[in-house]
Formats: sequence, structure tokens, C-alpha cells
Amino acid sequence: MAEHLLEVKDLVKHFTLNGDFVSRIAGKTQTVKAVDGISFHIRQGETLGLVGESGCGKSTTGRLITRLIEPTAGEIKLHGEDLLAFPPKRMRDARRNIQLVFQDPYASLNPRKTIMEILSRPLEVHKLATTWHEKRERVLELLNLVGLGSEHIDRYPHEFSGGQRQRIAIARGLALTPELVIGDEPVSALDVSIQAQILNLFRELQEKFSLTYLFVAHDLSVIRHISDRVAVMYVGKIVETGPVETIFSDPLHPYTKALLAAVPEADPSKPPPRLTLEGEVATPIDPPPGCRLNGRCPLATTICGEVSPELVTVDTNHQVACHNL
Amino acid sequence: MAEPVLEIDNLSVRFNLKRGVLRAVDGVSLSVGKGETFGLVGESGSGKTVTARSIMRLIKTPPGEIAGGTVRFEGRDIYQMSDAEIREIRGQHIAMIFQEPMTALNPVFTVGNQIGDALRTNMGLSKAEARERSIEMLQLVGIPSPAARIDNYVHEFSGGMRQRVMLAMAMSCDPTFLIADEPTTALDVTIQAVILELITSMIERFDMSLLFITHNLGVVAHACDNVGVMYASHLVEMGTKAEIFSNPQHPYTKGLLRSIPRMDAQEKFLTPINGTVCNMMDPPQGCKFHPRCEHTMDVCKERIPEFRELSPGHFAACHLHDQPTV
Repeated sequence: MAEHLLEVKDLVKHFTLNGDFVSRIAGKTQTVKAVDGISFHIRQGETLGLVGESGCGKSTTGRLITRLIEPTAGEIKLHGEDLLAFPPKRMRDARRNIQLVFQDPYASLNPRKTIMEILSRPLEVHKLATTWHEKRERVLELLNLVGLGSEHIDRYPHEFSGGQRQRIAIARGLALTPELVIGDEPVSALDVSIQAQILNLFRELQEKFSLTYLFVAHDLSVIRHISDRVAVMYVGKIVETGPVETIFSDPLHPYTKALLAAVPEADPSKPPPRLTLEGEVATPIDPPPGCRLNGRCPLATTICGEVSPELVTVDTNHQVACHNL
Repeated sequence: MAEPVLEIDNLSVRFNLKRGVLRAVDGVSLSVGKGETFGLVGESGSGKTVTARSIMRLIKTPPGEIAGGTVRFEGRDIYQMSDAEIREIRGQHIAMIFQEPMTALNPVFTVGNQIGDALRTNMGLSKAEARERSIEMLQLVGIPSPAARIDNYVHEFSGGMRQRVMLAMAMSCDPTFLIADEPTTALDVTIQAVILELITSMIERFDMSLLFITHNLGVVAHACDNVGVMYASHLVEMGTKAEIFSNPQHPYTKGLLRSIPRMDAQEKFLTPINGTVCNMMDPPQGCKFHPRCEHTMDVCKERIPEFRELSPGHFAACHLHDQPTV
């Protein structure tokens, strides 16, 4: 079995609402349980797709792993070493190994810097290139990797289309030769013909540099395409995880089933999309005890309102958190 | 085909900007029959929203300008109507719902206030009648306890519920034609499924026609009878849903369908359309798709292909279909 590059255990992130002094005294604070005790691992060279609807905590998970925000509790291990115990200097070095690509390339690139400046900045910060010539050479190499010509190097972000900007954002992610790249909805702002180009680029780069991906997305067809394994999140919890084939052809959790049934496929002969759950997505603000799907789930029994189900292994690598299997 | 309710003939819309002239819609012709649902698909900036807005005469002039063509609703030319006539058309005959209910609805009035406003202006109802009818409408679109929710503000609703409110408002004056501009794009997939079902059931129940604008081919495949595909201001292909999905004739439509990752199997690499959309301020000569097309011929770089009928009801604009042998 391949080594686990990343191992996340009981990761928790709670945000406090109304955290001011007066509210605290009056007992009016609320807790947003954005990520509420999730565990997963990613093997070297594989792609884990993290899928869920708005507010389920998938982006927060990505940010926690880079320690852009600090977890409330839990463990994040990179190559078996606890990232959360790293002192700041050590953490900065570790960040070289974990890079993020964001959703919106219009927001993630500084409009006042040229592509040369944007792509050489990480090299300067980590002292990987010192002279202008070294930096220039490396930036040209990066542009070439993501399929952009060298004539683009001195241009500004506004001179590029959305797809080209996302290529630049990916080039920046690769500048430090990371092992783990976290894509936070990296194709969801793109039109479908461009999305396909960028997904192919992710694949090519993965093969070339044996990259490991944590791919966060809400689009199930994108997740189906890019992932080796999938984790489905619902309101701060992982409800099901397993190999991509299993999750898509034999889903067990009622939420996973509902999610798949709701996707409109671009094929009129396929069944029309429908919702197999009742009501709307639960809120992560002070959620009641028990399963987060309780109240919407067709299978719910009394225990579902009392005890939050743990992930249980049902088959090799296939885990489900449901009381009623 | 049912008798056409909406006929757009050779419509061109231009925006005269400081930077130059933007041809947002160029020679688009389509018609929507009674009780029919027509899906207009295309990527960002292809001109689908401008087409929809020009039906309601919502293009701001200047800088916008209807450079040519006609829009006829129930046989009457929209652009020959007086202001009073077009006001009557808007809301009472044609209603529109938008992508972002949070921006389309007014945050400082309660939803009852906004729906009631439309009813009082358009239908001449009294305040009490309008309120009663508003509650009925909210009930109709599936908002729980509508009598209490009517006094809520927009921010007190979730995204899916807001879209229901907008639909309630659109349906309140009994329109016969609904224009839905990306109504599910901002929604999560499970909510999208519910809203789509709701729109479809409303259309059937009240025997309305629908022009559905979206970039999502999956949505079109399930919500529409006929489909039009737009690329760079032009309508490049049009036909029944079955024809467009199983027998696409334009290279752009084919490319678009191939670009979508499949749900039933995993391919290692997708087949994207190469290149990027042309700059609309400076579009290429000839067919706008030729720089990205895999079948480009010399004629493609010179002349815009004619939008011709290949088989009954199936149109495409491509030089590949110029000779009957191809």
C-alpha cells in the first residue's frame, strides 16, 4: 500500500458568532460547526475529491490543511509528522509542500502585478531563485508547463481570459514544486469548454510530477472525472467515502444517493433530476445532536436524533456514516 | 409545431461603447410555440441574456441599440408598441425570473409588499385583495406557512426559497410566457432539482410557454422541448432536444457536449474545445467559431455561414453543410 501523504484525524473547526464580551456574558454566543470531527487520508499520487453543497465545510477543510486558518482540534499529519505542532519557521517550509489553487482567478491574482512578479514572488519568499535571470528562467518554465507562451510574461492579469488566469494560478501553485496541491473549486468559475482544458491540465501535471491532489468541488461530474477516491461532506461531517467507482455506482448513504439523483445529466434519455430528501440543507449553527441529515432522511429512526453516526467500514476502503444500513 | 407565440426574426443588438461597437446579438432568429419550452444555451458572453432582455425591451438605449430585426409577441411587434402597451406586456403577458434573487428582489421591502405592488399596479387589486392573492401565490410555489412568511424580508429566506418568491411574483399576474434567465445557476444541485421541477410543473399547469436561458446542458436536457445554441452573438444550432443531443450538427455543439465529464464512466482525458472565445470587440472575419474549429476551411474565414434547415426543424450555421454531399 502506498504511503499516506496526508492524514487528517478528528479535525474540528468551530467559529463563534456574537463572540463579543456582552454577548458572552449574556450567554448569546452561537457556534458554527463548520468542520466537526472529520478524518481522512490521501495516499501519495492519488486524488481525493471532496464534494458537498455550499456551507458543508469543504473549503474550510482545504484551508485548515494549509493552516491558513487554525483548527479548533484534531490532527493533520504530513508524511506522518504533525503539522499543527510545527513552529512558524518549520511551518513555512512545510507550506512549500502544500499549495492552494483558488476558485476565482479574477480575485486570486493581484491586478497590479505582472505575471513575472506574481510567479516569481513565491521563489523570492522561499529563496529558491535570487538573480533576475534565475527567476525569469523559472517563470518561463512554469508558463510553458501550463500551456502559456513566453510572450505573456510581462502582461497583467486583466489581459487574460478566465481560463488563462486559472492556468497562471496553477503555475503559481506549482512554483515551489509541492507534493500536495489543494484545488478549492478550481474549475467552477469556468465555462464548460474551458473547464475541460483545465481538468486535462490538472491530469497532465499530476502525471508529470506525481502530484497528490485534494480536489474540492460541488460539481459531481467534475469529481467523477478527476478523483480516485471521493469523500462526501454534509454540514461539517464526512458521510461517505470510498473509491470513485463505488461512490457513483453503489452509493449507500441517503445523502450521497440524493446528491447523485439531483444531478441533471446532459442526456435526455437519463432520468430527470429529482430530490429524494425533504426540506433544505441543515444549518451548521448549533446543530442538534444526532445525524445531521435527521429530519430530511427517509430512513430516519429514533437513534438518528440522538447519536451522531460514526464512519463504519462496509467494504475495502468504503466507509459510511449511517445508523440504518 | 404549436402556433408561435414569440417570434424573433434576424435580431441584432449592438452596444455603442467608448471602446468601440459590441455586437452582442447578431442575426438571431427563433420562435417559441404555445406551451413549448425553449432552452437557449451558450457560454458566458454569448449573447443569450441580451436576447432575452430585448424581448422585454429591457435593453438600455443608449448605449444599447436594436440594430435590426423584429421581435413579435402574439403577432404584435414589441418595438412598435407604445410605452403603455409594453408596460401591459411586461408582467401580465411576459414575466421574467433572474439568476440572483437577492439582487432581483428589493431588500428593504417585505416580499408581500413586492408581490402586492405588482398585483395592484397590473391587475388593479385593492391592498387587501393583493395581500390575499400574494399569500395564494406563495402557497402555490411551496413556501411553508405563507400567511406568516409574507411579512418577511428577502434576507430571511434561503436561496431556494428566494427563487420560489421570485417565481411567485412572476406568476402573480397570470402571464402566458415566462423567461427564466439562469434561474438555478446560483443554487446547489439538490435545490436546483426542486426549482426545476417547480418551474416545469407551473408551465404545464398554467399552459405557459418558457424561454429558459442557461449555460448548463444538463438542465436543458431535462427542462426543454427545443434547444438553441449560441456562440459569440450568433445562434449556431437549433432543433428539438432529441436532435441536438443525439445528432448535433455544428462543431461547437459537438465540442460542448464532448467537453462535459461523463457521470457513468471515467475517461482519463476530456476532449475540450481548443482555444478561447474570441474578443467580442474585435471578432474574427467569417464564422466566429473558425479559430477554434477542427474543420476550418478557407470559406470559414471569409463568410459567415448561413443558418439553414438541415432536416425539418433542425437548423445549423456551418459551411460543412454548404454542399449536399457533406
